[in-house]
Amino acid sequence: MARITASVYTSHVPAIGAALDLGKTGEPYWQKVFAGYEFSKAWMRDNTPDVIFLVFNDHATAFSLEMIPTFAIGCAAEFPPADEGWGPRPVPVVQGHPELAAHIAQSVIQDDFDLTIVNKMNVDHGLTVPMSLMFGQPASWPCPVIPFAVNVVQYPVPSGRRCFNLGRAIRKAVESFDAPLKVQIWGTGGMSHQLQGPRAGLINRAFDSAFLDRLIADPEGLSKMPHIDYVREAGSEGIELVMWLIARGAMSDAQPKLAHRFYHVPASNTAVGHLILENA
Amino acid sequence: MALDKPYKDIPGTTIFDADQSRKGYHLNQFCMSLMKAENRVRFKADERAYLDEWPMTEEQKQAVLSRDLNRCIAAGGNIYFLAKIGATDGKSFQQMAGSMTGMSEEEYRDMMIAGGRSIEGNRFIGEKK
Repeated sequence: MARITASVYTSHVPAIGAALDLGKTGEPYWQKVFAGYEFSKAWMRDNTPDVIFLVFNDHATAFSLEMIPTFAIGCAAEFPPADEGWGPRPVPVVQGHPELAAHIAQSVIQDDFDLTIVNKMNVDHGLTVPMSLMFGQPASWPCPVIPFAVNVVQYPVPSGRRCFNLGRAIRKAVESFDAPLKVQIWGTGGMSHQLQGPRAGLINRAFDSAFLDRLIADPEGLSKMPHIDYVREAGSEGIELVMWLIARGAMSDAQPKLAHRFYHVPASNTAVGHLILENA
Repeated sequence: MALDKPYKDIPGTTIFDADQSRKGYHLNQFCMSLMKAENRVRFKADERAYLDEWPMTEEQKQAVLSRDLNRCIAAGGNIYFLAKIGATDGKSFQQMAGSMTGMSEEEYRDMMIAGGRSIEGNRFIGEKK
């Protein structure tokens, strides 16, 4: 049977991708960000999974306002990096895992989560920046990825509670897949940031720190936090953090092992947060 | 019956909800069109003519022409869509975000390096700083 071995949480700031692609990683401004991922890259080499289930959000790239799926699972064989207006990032094409993706879709929909099935999708920085942070710049990505896009652009986004329960349904789906796959689940986006209006540039270090503490120790309690607390305290785009609860909900009920924790302000407009949790 | 919108009392913040999305549909779809290189070229060659191909309000068109992102957002724009205009102009996301704050590019960048805008005094409209 397949099983979830670990979860990874990280911000997905587009400027981080640009810094990598333009060779700016040695600059002092960016060194402070990338230093937090040195451990993670070594950890990934030792713990490369068979598949990554990667929770992210599309930023008006694959989904315009023509269609706004709340939860969309990528079931394709591959997902090309998108051109977001600056040209596609020079990163490898993402290979999917259609068999496991279809299995998860079937199981999770039967568990009352109405997923949208996506068989063609370009993936933007929300997915490719976490891949670059965790794997560096290889010629091809070392394992397949199932992209899972969550609407956090048009309000209301799904609640933390729903995301946490969805994670549990994904765990059940993975555990019923009839092959001995090691699966990691990643939750991306956040932490505190606001990209719009006169309040742009908002950062709330105390909120972020408490969020990380509770995500590790009390995710169920954290999942009850209402939207308004994210928006008011962590900024209009800080609400991306609900996606971390999907990954956390997919972990075992037993307390996970904290393998790595990192926090830094700023990357462009955003607070960078990062955790690695291993299932016991 | 009016729906509860508890986020209306957050200062300097417009939540892109279903009402804003309805208002801004054509503005945001115009922005989406700028993801194609040939459309960027046509837009830059004659912005007004390109905008007139879209069923946008005059207010939305003027907001785009003046690159006033706060005005675009008030007219239903969403920052991830509006970012396509910035990309067309060769602006970074930090330049775009900073342009809405009344700060200079340098002041905004320095604020971020110093830890960002504080939450204190920025939770509620009318709150004492």
